[in-house]
Order: sequence, then structure tokens, then C-alpha cells
Amino acid sequence: MPASEPALTTGGRRRPAPAAPAGPPRRRRRRRVRAWLPGLVLLTPSIVAIGVFVYGLIGWNLRLALSSKTTDISPAHFVGLRNFTRLWGEERWNLAVRHAVLFTVVFVGGALLLGWLLALLLDKGMRAEAGFRAVYLFPMAISFIATGIVWRWLMNPAPPERAVGLNALFQRLGLGFLANDWWQNDRWGMAAMAVPAVWQMAGYVMALFLAGFRSVPEDLREAARVDGCSEWQVYRYVVFPQLRPVTLSALIILGHISLKVFDLVVAMSGKQIITDVPAVYMWQMVFDAHNPAKGAAIATYMLLAVAVLILPYLIWTLRSERRS
Amino acid sequence: MTVLARRPPSLRSSGGRRLGAVRFVLLLGFVVLFLIPLYVLLATSFKPLEEADPSRAWSLPRTWTLEGWRAALDALAPALWNSVKLAVPGAAISAVLGSLNGYVLSKWRFPYADAVFAAFLFGMFIPYQAVMIPLVQLMTKTHLIGGIPGLVLAHVVYGIPICTLIFRNYYATIPDELLEAARVDGAGMLRAYASVVLPNSGPAFAVVLIWQFTSMWNDFLFAVFLTGPASWPATVQLNNIAGSMVVPYGQQMAAAILASLPTLLVYVLLGRFFMRGLMAGALKG
Repeated sequence: MPASEPALTTGGRRRPAPAAPAGPPRRRRRRRVRAWLPGLVLLTPSIVAIGVFVYGLIGWNLRLALSSKTTDISPAHFVGLRNFTRLWGEERWNLAVRHAVLFTVVFVGGALLLGWLLALLLDKGMRAEAGFRAVYLFPMAISFIATGIVWRWLMNPAPPERAVGLNALFQRLGLGFLANDWWQNDRWGMAAMAVPAVWQMAGYVMALFLAGFRSVPEDLREAARVDGCSEWQVYRYVVFPQLRPVTLSALIILGHISLKVFDLVVAMSGKQIITDVPAVYMWQMVFDAHNPAKGAAIATYMLLAVAVLILPYLIWTLRSERRS
Repeated sequence: MTVLARRPPSLRSSGGRRLGAVRFVLLLGFVVLFLIPLYVLLATSFKPLEEADPSRAWSLPRTWTLEGWRAALDALAPALWNSVKLAVPGAAISAVLGSLNGYVLSKWRFPYADAVFAAFLFGMFIPYQAVMIPLVQLMTKTHLIGGIPGLVLAHVVYGIPICTLIFRNYYATIPDELLEAARVDGAGMLRAYASVVLPNSGPAFAVVLIWQFTSMWNDFLFAVFLTGPASWPATVQLNNIAGSMVVPYGQQMAAAILASLPTLLVYVLLGRFFMRGLMAGALKG
């Protein structure tokens, strides 16, 4: 970490000690320590809490994942990566990973596209804009569990004569060919599972993009218009290129939510293998199979997947913050 | 943080107006799509059992009844109360902690404060599964497992990063000169906080309180690992109600609405602050 960075750091060490006599260096250093020490003391409880509950427990979990504790009572000897490698030999684990990837692609892609489209439609200002925004955003206030309950009804795969939900609606609208078995499809079911998640998060992406659209200065757009750009070209060549940071943020936020998906799957289908994902598998390893080592190994894989996504993003964000 | 400042209405040519109408219709179409689940929730929740027939799936109830609501309330009431006991104190503690942390990290920085902040931030994104098994063991050893205090503790601790982030970014906008003046008057760190920073913290407190209340209320993962039947919050109980296949749809939907009402109310009444919390989650605000 650099010794000083202007702009955002408005902290003690930049402050010139008021009327500090150019005394002997040791006293000056003591004065400086006295300037920041109280802050460190005040932050200490949180540092300890994060140190123990985040980093300490991650370490503990890793140790468990590397151990032979495959039942609640078996001893915990170090067995290396055995629990990690064995998972890949399992059909269920491979299925869970495949499901998580499919879900992620559909969810992230769908939410990005829909949120971007909504923001584009709203960008120029609209009558009752606040009302539109409120409708697109309200699903965010609801828990995934409640969402799952409605959408399980909506995506009910019952055969035509007993169909409820969207399948019944499709039939009534003469769109019977659209009726399908939704998340119970053993190949593409997880794509259907992503639909409620898109419904829930698209408004968030819209808000991100809308803020992005509106941070492009009007002068810039105007200049392009003066140069003879059509309105579409203004977007294509002036506005969209400026949205890259927002898109990246949205991509990463959605991506890490997606890799952790748990509540929604539990609410929609319980613990069925057909919609199994790593988080649900891990939950079962803890509660039903009582295999802590395997549960810990799955959890470690989840952490790795998220870390690969988040760490570069964090570094990038903190760096660009320091530059500004 | 005026994230969504309105754009002044653009020049209105006739083509622009036609395009405006198309946009309006499209937006309205999406409104209908977005509201379908809400319609289903409401319409189904007021249907009597006799109307739970597939052929009437999308119709409004012929006779409106509260039987589903009454049954849902009976099944959900203790859990709703548990959620209140979890989310209200939890959000309050989080806000106080976040405020103090944000103050230190923006105005009383110490060497390597940036590194500490970065280490905090990572904690915001981790999948909590990666700490869950040891957390359960730790809570079991300290006898905090199965109760609400343990759940509050977990939420407060894992909420530290986001709360600190929101307050830190907010306090960065308070001019240093204000604090400097307080210091010249002989105020120490805490006095300066109480006299200068705290009185200016209203909006940040609103954002953090709403954010933490919503995420604690809607959480399922921690609750399912850390609580037992007596202390199940609304999400877990709701999932149990819906998971047992014998409960009629009307009651399930009513229960889903009941469990969502507090956060929906917060969203409707204080949506502005809710938005800002969301944006803070994206770091780049």
C-alpha cells in the first residue's frame, strides 16, 4: 500500500500537525502515532470480527476440507486434496456444476440484456418515469423464497388438462406450443430456473445502466449530433462505449450472486437432483449426509469460483478509486 | 450521490414523438410482465379452496375470502415476530458499527487502512457457505446455535463490510475543514464524531438501516443453518409452509405476501434510500 494518496484519503497523516514545532523526530513520530492510534482502536473490534469470522473460518473450513472427517464422528486427519479430486468422479457433482454454469449464463445474460433494454427505453426521460422504475425494481425487495413460491406456481409443469400457471395462460392465449415442462426438464431446466432470478434482478441492472447512461454528459451527445450522427449512432459510438465500467460491475455482481444461488432453488424445487447446484449439494452434505469434509470441499470450490471473479474486480476498483 | 438525475425532456420532433410513443408502449408492456407474479399472488391468496381449479387459475376469485390469509397468519405469526426480533436490532447494531468504522476509515486513517478496508470488502462477496460449517461448530460450542442472538451476531459480523463501505463513501463527502475546526476547539476523535459527523449522517443511516433490515429479513441461508424451529424467521417458515405439498395455493400465496410485506413497505415508503443502498453494493456508486 502506498504511503500517501490524495483525494480520498483525508486522514490523520496528511493533516499537518497544527503549529507543530520542528521538534526532535522521535517526538514528532509519537505525535503522529497519537493522531491515528484512536482510530485503529475504534476499528479493532471490527478488524477482529472480520479476521476471525471471515478469514479464520475460511481457514478452518479449508482445513476441514483437507481432512478425513467424512462423518460427524470420524477423526480429522490430513488427507490432502482427496475430497476435492473425488468430487469430479461423481455424477452428481458434475451435474451440479453444469447446472450452476447454465443458470449463470442464462441469468447473467438475461438480466443484463433486459436491464440494459429497460434503461435504454427510459434514458431520454419519460412521463411517469419514477413509476416505471418502481415497478421494475420492486421484485428486489422480496426474498428469493417468496419469489420461488409464486414462480413455482407460474412454471408448473403439469400436463395440459391439469395445467396451471404460465402453461395454462399460454393455452388460453392460443400459444399452447409454448407450454413446456420448465425446470423439470432434465437438460434445460436450469435455464427456466433462471427466469425468476432475471425477474428479480433486472430492475437492479436497469438502475445501474440508467445511472451509467445519464453520467454521459449531454454536451458529448450534442457534439456528436452536430457532427451529423443519428440518434442511434450517438448511442452506438458515444454512449455505449462509456458503459463498459458499469457493464463490468453489473456482470460481476450478477455473476457472484449466481454462483451462490441457493434460496431460489430450494424454494422452487427443494432438494431435487434435477436442479441440484453446489450450494444445495453442500447443504445436504451437512444436514442429511453428515459429511463435513465433503461439504467443506464443495464450499471451498464455491469460494474459489467467487474469488476468481471478485478479486480482480476489487483490485481494479480500489486502484481506480485511488487514481481519482 | 444523485444517481438517477432526470434528463431534461429532449427536443420534440414529430419523429421523436412517435419514437417516444413506441418506447412508452414497450415500457408499459414490461410493466405488465413484471406485475404478473404480483397479480397471481394477490388473486390466488383471496380464492376459496373450491376455486383452486386449474381452469380458474388466472381468473379473479368469484367469492373473495380471507381463509387463506387467516391460515397463513396463524402459521407464520411466530416466525414473523422472530424476523422482527432479528432484523430490527440487527440493523440498528450494524448501522452504529458501520458509522464508526466508516468514520475511522475516511477521517482517522491509520497506516495500512486501505489494506484493512480491502480485506473487509472481500468479506462482502464471499459465499457464506465457505464459513458455514465452522460457524455452526463455533456457535454450537458457544451455545449460540439455534437462537436469535446467534443469528443477529452472524448478520452483524458479515454485514460489517457493506455498512462500512456505505458510511466511508458518505463521510468522504464531509469536508475535512469541519473536523479540523472541531479539533482546533480541542475535540478528540469521539467528540468530533458526535458534534460534527453524527449530525450529518442522517441519509447514510437511512441507507444502511434499510439495506440491513431488508437483507436480514430476506435471508434464508444463515437462518436455515443457525436457527431451530423455535427461532425460525419468516423465510424459513415460509419455505416449510410451501414445501409441504398439502398446503393449498391460496394459503401459500397469502403467506408469501405476509412475509414480504415489511420489506415491500420499506421499499415503497423509502425507495430512494433503498436505491442508494443497491448502488453502494456495486461499489462504484
